[in-house]
Amino acid sequence: MMPRDGFPLSRTDAKVNAVSMTISEKIIASHAGLDRVIPGQLVECSVDLVLGNDITTPPAIVEFEKIGLPVFDREKIALVPDHFTPNKDIKSAELARMVRDFAAKHRIKHYFEIGEMGIEHVLLPEKGLVGPGQLVIGADSHTCTYGALNAFATGVGSTDMAAAMATGRTWFKVPSSVKVILTGSLPRWVGGKDVILHLIGQIGVDGALYQALEFAGGGVSALTMADRLTVANMAIEAGAKNGIFPYDQRTADFYSGKPAADFQPCQPDPGADYAREITIDLSRLEPLVARPHLPENVVPVSQLPDIAIDQVVIGSCTNGRLEDLAVAADILAGGRVRPGVRLIVIPGSQQVYLDALERGYIKTFIEAGAVVSTPTCGPCLGGHMGILAAGERAVATTNRNFRGRMGHVDSEVYLAGPAVAAASARLGKISSPGELGL
Amino acid sequence: MIIKGKVWRYGDNVDTDVIIPARYLNITDIRQLASHCLEDLDPGFTGKVSPGDIIVAGTNFGCGSSREHAPAVIKQAGVACVVAASFARIFYRNAINIGLPVLEVGEAVSRLTEGDVIEIDAGRGQIVNLSRGQTISARPLPQFVAEIAACGGLINYVRERYRNGV
Repeated sequence: MMPRDGFPLSRTDAKVNAVSMTISEKIIASHAGLDRVIPGQLVECSVDLVLGNDITTPPAIVEFEKIGLPVFDREKIALVPDHFTPNKDIKSAELARMVRDFAAKHRIKHYFEIGEMGIEHVLLPEKGLVGPGQLVIGADSHTCTYGALNAFATGVGSTDMAAAMATGRTWFKVPSSVKVILTGSLPRWVGGKDVILHLIGQIGVDGALYQALEFAGGGVSALTMADRLTVANMAIEAGAKNGIFPYDQRTADFYSGKPAADFQPCQPDPGADYAREITIDLSRLEPLVARPHLPENVVPVSQLPDIAIDQVVIGSCTNGRLEDLAVAADILAGGRVRPGVRLIVIPGSQQVYLDALERGYIKTFIEAGAVVSTPTCGPCLGGHMGILAAGERAVATTNRNFRGRMGHVDSEVYLAGPAVAAASARLGKISSPGELGL
Repeated sequence: MIIKGKVWRYGDNVDTDVIIPARYLNITDIRQLASHCLEDLDPGFTGKVSPGDIIVAGTNFGCGSSREHAPAVIKQAGVACVVAASFARIFYRNAINIGLPVLEVGEAVSRLTEGDVIEIDAGRGQIVNLSRGQTISARPLPQFVAEIAACGGLINYVRERYRNGV
């Protein structure tokens, strides 16, 4: 079969007879109108959703208007101002207004204003706007989060977003897939963050460059959806195009009570070809951190000397879900944040905030000495709500610890899951819950 | 297209946060934004780079954020081409889409050092190190990607196609 729009294909006839495909290949093929695709092939795909935020959408709007077409589908574009919102300054307010005006002009259905918004990758799954078998692109690198839900989802830039808003299509080089086989189940206080940090520590920040990370094995069923979202979220931190999970009962359960949508669960074919296989025994993992200034600098907390900290951030598209706050609340209940440490908790969405309130987590945080913020990406990217001064050190449940990421170029970020973050806040140094006798 | 310029040399994993720190992403004026290009990696960069110069770096250049501001400020700062051992995929895509030439050369990048004057034939994927008299081959752009590059970026490419009723 020829591609719909005559894109040149670099397929080799010898390999095209292989029928078995990985999950990513199957979703790409179905969206390219092809029976099969092979790694390296260039294809044009229809997209089920195009996403942008308050930083990436304004440049996309400028490019979109140069094309001179209307939006391809006002119901398949999601605009989530979450990075510098609530507007941190006048310039940010102007960016947010540009997005708001564009949403109104084009009657974009999924625009989320303050009061109903959340961090995009927490919000869209929660609303049921992304799901199994879909192909989603977003002008945000952590768009790969939706792979947890069995979607092929990847980050792009503003110009790709603009072209897709106009045409409903985008081009891809089909990635080869790396099979990550998970076995066993996680010990107490070890979560999805430790799984993905372990993997990045093993393969490096470019260990899956241009590739798909496909998770498989009996250990998958032991991971909660919150854990899977955290794992898929940081696939980009290994250089991957996407991270993707198979569809199972937990995926089905995630959508119960959400609006029905046209999802097409997708499993890998038996005999699909993988570039390499990596096995992780979940039961052998322990609480980990990534030291500055790369997510691959992964070490067990148990092997660290005493490292004093100034700030702890619990939140972000990586770990801002209710399950993450539950872990933190468990550790902070009845305890206090160490004097001299600032603990900032950021629920990932209004719904997460509300649920955390109802379950008493917010009270626990405030009584422990934390501040609780409205949903925002905020400090994760050094935007606002918790910027570090020169020489300061933070433990954060966020996704990047690049130089200057959370503030001053001479500040430091240690990446960790919510259990290590909460324990560290109580002890004033990088710690695991075990050090609190938990 | 022939590009000739001086090399500014950086290491592995140059991330988008050091190319253009997020604290400046509320700026919409590209010239003002570009005055902060590489500020957290090489604070003097914008003062010393000359139009036509070339950034040469190690593996995984442009890792991190999807911010297109990263290739945009490099282009606006006057850099004519980025040559790297390898690129992070979103940066690579963004560079092509906005018309910033990028060339992947693998380990051969070790033969390019700061201050070298090099001549790049982007179409043929060939780099001549004029300072050292060596020639390096880059991986050629896939044909379709080369078409986008030839149009000066994705928007021109899409306009062209839809104007022609494809």
